Amino acid sequence: MNFWSDPINSVYESWLLAFTGWGLDATLSQVIIYILGILILITFAMVIDILLVWVERKVVARFQGRLGPNRIGPFGLFQPIPDVIKLIIKEDTTPANADKFVYNLAPVLSLASVLFLWAVVPLAVNIFGVDLNIALLYMIATGAFGTLSIIMAGWSSNNKYALLGAYRQVASMISFEIPMVVSLLIPAIITGTLSMKTITEYQVNNFWFFLVSPLGALLFLIAAIAELGRSPFDLNEGESEIVSGYHIEYSGMKFGLFYAGEMLHAFTFGGLLAVLFFGGWHGPFSSEFPLLGVLYFVAKAMFGYWIIMWIKYTVPRIRIDHMLLFNWKFLTPLAFALLIVTALVHPLLKDQPQWIYILGMFLSNLLLGWVTIEILRGRSAKERAAVEPVAAVGHH
Amino acid sequence: MEPTQIIFLVTAIMMLSSAVMVVSSRHLVHAALWLIVTLFGAAVLFALLEATFIAVIQVVVYIGAIAIMFIFAVMLTRRELRDSADPWNKGWPVALALTAVVAVTLGSFLLKWDGLLKTSQPMAEGYDSVASLGTALISPDAFVLPFEVASVLLLAALLGSVYVAMNKK
Amino acid sequence: MIPISWYLFLSAALFSVGLFGVLVRKNAIAILLSVELMLNAVNINLVSFWRYGNTADMAGQVFSIIVFAVAAAEVAVGLSLVYSVYRRRNTVIADELDMMKW
Repeated sequence: MNFWSDPINSVYESWLLAFTGWGLDATLSQVIIYILGILILITFAMVIDILLVWVERKVVARFQGRLGPNRIGPFGLFQPIPDVIKLIIKEDTTPANADKFVYNLAPVLSLASVLFLWAVVPLAVNIFGVDLNIALLYMIATGAFGTLSIIMAGWSSNNKYALLGAYRQVASMISFEIPMVVSLLIPAIITGTLSMKTITEYQVNNFWFFLVSPLGALLFLIAAIAELGRSPFDLNEGESEIVSGYHIEYSGMKFGLFYAGEMLHAFTFGGLLAVLFFGGWHGPFSSEFPLLGVLYFVAKAMFGYWIIMWIKYTVPRIRIDHMLLFNWKFLTPLAFALLIVTALVHPLLKDQPQWIYILGMFLSNLLLGWVTIEILRGRSAKERAAVEPVAAVGHH
Repeated sequence: MEPTQIIFLVTAIMMLSSAVMVVSSRHLVHAALWLIVTLFGAAVLFALLEATFIAVIQVVVYIGAIAIMFIFAVMLTRRELRDSADPWNKGWPVALALTAVVAVTLGSFLLKWDGLLKTSQPMAEGYDSVASLGTALISPDAFVLPFEVASVLLLAALLGSVYVAMNKK
Repeated sequence: MIPISWYLFLSAALFSVGLFGVLVRKNAIAILLSVELMLNAVNINLVSFWRYGNTADMAGQVFSIIVFAVAAAEVAVGLSLVYSVYRRRNTVIADELDMMKW
């Protein structure tokens, strides 16, 4: 067993040999190695998370024409270390009438809900936590814990701004879950499985799903941004209205956990976008050298994260009723229409040559997008005519 | 003791104690949070029974939707957030006796049954219960009709609850 | 190996706790919470019968999915009724809703 072709199994076997050599029971050493594996995976995610603090600060600075952190280390690369030290030594405050247990549990659950996701994400051809045959549903289930942690934080802080922020966030999460689930069904229809590993392998052997369903990728991205509560859907924070929402009362490392969770969540959604629509770890030589696949995966996830950041720092916040109407009257019907179109076109073209299949799927997506835009254009023209008859006359 | 037995016992104790807390907690939000612990325990049991799809659906539907809906409802009827008086009504000893009768009846019926010590057969190699569940739900000679009826029921409940809760001015 | 009796007894106990809650709780929302406990007890039974019987026959899992749908519908309608009653009568205590009593 070569380390470069199968790193997980070779490390596993050498450690198993070492542990049993020290006189440990085989089952016990297996359990210990599994626990160590979980710790390594979490550490990997958290180390990336620490880096993300730097990435986010640097990117937002560039978007706003600033330099960003540049004092500590090359390009300010060690900036996260003092950031973390500051968070740790800050005074840890708890509101007098807070519900202590729930209040302290919420940030932990928030970060955990994101770390749960990493159990099913395939990092490379043979580097993955577990190959669950319902991984896509599992992903939605971890989102449920995120929702729960937010409502726990908002309620237990005993602060009306926190509760308002939690209400807003939960309302948006529950409604945007529908287009997200429907957009997840598109890779599921094409591959006939809910396992992320199989979905990635299908893309490696055939084509990236971005080519056959660009609209699905777009819907997933929009729903992911809403699920994250990032701008333009950052009503949960709304600094000018409700003073940063559900984590208003949190300070020190408890706030740090929310912050780390949010950042890692954004990165994870970038990774899921890569897994579902951009071929996951697929790249040159990624099947022979799995560690290279991890690199490709992280790069693709960073790209998705960068798009999310790009939108966050460019688009202003929208009003809550606009946001809910946008979901219920536009995104959800569009997602269902896309699902119907995919379910019709896929079996029709499945047996054709690959280029016809890809072209047909791509054109059907394009057609649906065009029809949607035309419908919207017609409606908005009608609305404009109803609202501004005087202005329309005035131009002539 | 096998590991699965330990997992079962820990989950069972957790579920039963949190169920008791659901029934006895004065604070309704706490009762809802305890209910979530019970529901999560049920999800663990489903995973232990190798019904992975049901386990995940349990988390999505119960924790992600039903429990959140309960917490929202508790907060909307805010005057009753904390029961100041006894959370139980005056007839609770009668109810306790009734419950005891039901529990004893259930237990004695169970003890009479001869399949009680039956253990599960290991699943066939390569058998995918999720795939066969999906096939069963949409195949015409299996359960497609109940499935469709359930979807109609959900639609009716959706419309009905919106209509009932709407503020008619 | 866990015998099926463990699941059945746990489910019976959970059902009894839920039944007690339905009978004694004053708050209408708490009564609905207890109903959820009872529904879950039923689900545990259904899924364990599926696992310990013929696993190729999916009736147990399908039934529990129907129970999920019914539970979701019940909670939605039930909570909206409670909310509607709260707006009209300003109470969610079941004992105070006694218009139909002698």
